[in-house]
Amino acid sequence: MSVKLSHVSKSYSGKKAVDNISLEVGRGEILGFLGPNGAGKTTTMKMITCYLGQDEGEISVCGLDASSEQAEIAKHIGYLPEHNPLYQDLYVKEYLHFVAGIHKIANKSKVINSLIEQTGIGLEQHKRINQLSKGYRQRVGLAQAMINDPDVLILDEPTSGLDPNQLIDIRKLIQELGAKKTVIFSTHIMQEVQALCDRVTIINDGQLVVDESIESLQSHMSGDHVITVRFESSISLDKLRTKHKGIRIDEIEKNTYKISSDSGIPLNAELFDFAVAEENRILEMKTSALSVEEIFQKLTL
Amino acid sequence: MFSLYKKEINSFFSSLIGYIVAGVFLVFMGMLMWLFSDTSILESNYATVDQLFSLAPMIFIFLVPAVTMKSFADEFKDGTYELLAVYPISEWKIVLAKFFANGTLILIILIPTLIYVYSVYQLGSPKGNLDLGAIVGSYFGLFLLALVFIAIGLFSSALTSNQIVAFALGSFLCFFILWAFQFVSTLPIFFGRVDDLVQKLGVNYHYSSISRGVIDSKDIIYFLTVIVGLLYCCMAILEKRKG
Repeated sequence: MSVKLSHVSKSYSGKKAVDNISLEVGRGEILGFLGPNGAGKTTTMKMITCYLGQDEGEISVCGLDASSEQAEIAKHIGYLPEHNPLYQDLYVKEYLHFVAGIHKIANKSKVINSLIEQTGIGLEQHKRINQLSKGYRQRVGLAQAMINDPDVLILDEPTSGLDPNQLIDIRKLIQELGAKKTVIFSTHIMQEVQALCDRVTIINDGQLVVDESIESLQSHMSGDHVITVRFESSISLDKLRTKHKGIRIDEIEKNTYKISSDSGIPLNAELFDFAVAEENRILEMKTSALSVEEIFQKLTL
Repeated sequence: MFSLYKKEINSFFSSLIGYIVAGVFLVFMGMLMWLFSDTSILESNYATVDQLFSLAPMIFIFLVPAVTMKSFADEFKDGTYELLAVYPISEWKIVLAKFFANGTLILIILIPTLIYVYSVYQLGSPKGNLDLGAIVGSYFGLFLLALVFIAIGLFSSALTSNQIVAFALGSFLCFFILWAFQFVSTLPIFFGRVDDLVQKLGVNYHYSSISRGVIDSKDIIYFLTVIVGLLYCCMAILEKRKG
């Protein structure tokens, strides 16, 4: 395993930011790290990078212990922090040369030129960092994280604040990287997780709520049918609720309802019978599984 | 470490800090040494550059913390320290790279003051009637004093993410280590050999000793101990910050 966390906890002034988290991520895997703000995602990522030490538990990166082999781990990790901190007064190339120098990379110019091409910052490479747009700064941040060809890439919200075109480019890049490396990235964009990740981890109040593949998470939650149904005329929600306990009904349009059930019982036939009994007619009915977004809300609200 | 040292030096000169600091120091020193009658060399009737070595430490009390205040405070504020801390470079190397970069800047600032020495050398009667041994010792002492101030400045900057606080604290500590021990030693509570010991704790005692042209190993050990001690504290703060 490239990254392994066993029973890791971390507290700030007595409050547990991360509570007994265990996690394993292998090579060639992209792990999406989800969770509401303040859930403990960034703290967990910072512990993997060795910037923060854990209070309890063990963390290993590429087989190296995070408590005692930090200097060695630093050579295997590429990190893009949440707010993408960069030295604003340096030129793009100057900055990348500086980072390459710290990593003691031989043949700096060749590595930097290839990174500039890979991250698409060719047109802006001779500018000062403070003259770049947010998207280009994000690319420079990614370039510095990739400069040492790390085995593990930790990206804290790498796509925040990007326009749709930049978003597609960066996602494509992460997908390419994920083929060979271990990529752990956090995001609030659920579609991104569905598009990019092999596995999803949802963290809430410092605890791991979900750690499974997207498919298994969706099939695991498939008991929670979501039915979108359109009646001919309005219905009495109270009657429907009394008849079928444990269902959630949201009116999304006039006479159109989104109905989901925790019990796992398919409601299609029940709804049909209800419409007949109420002398109403169903004009449209659509069954779907919960999206990752809905699962996220269900688990974290 | 060299990459960080180089980046720091480039930062000084690309953000104009280096030029402004050098300009302010040289203009201020030039005015004090050649224009203002109270401190002017031309009014003193002696071929000496003692004014340089007595006035420079006072200017350094403000100038050095102004240069060093952003060293760590800015990195903390912008979050760049988080990246620096996860790169394969130890805290010691980070501190030393910044220390040497600041030291180089001060050295660059001091080099143009050799013009003053050359001028006085030419003005002497007879020409060259100048105690060059004492001048070399004084330059050496002034540079060591600047290094102590840099170590204080880095220490202050590592304590906070606010540059103004780093500057104020740095200036106060520089003033304290330069003058306070000397003032305190004159208090009537210290008598006998104790006042002498208190005075020896201050930088001024050792700086004055080196400025006479006598490079004593005790003075060198004092300067090195203070510098290493402060840099060590700085590194300890950084380690603690990493959590």
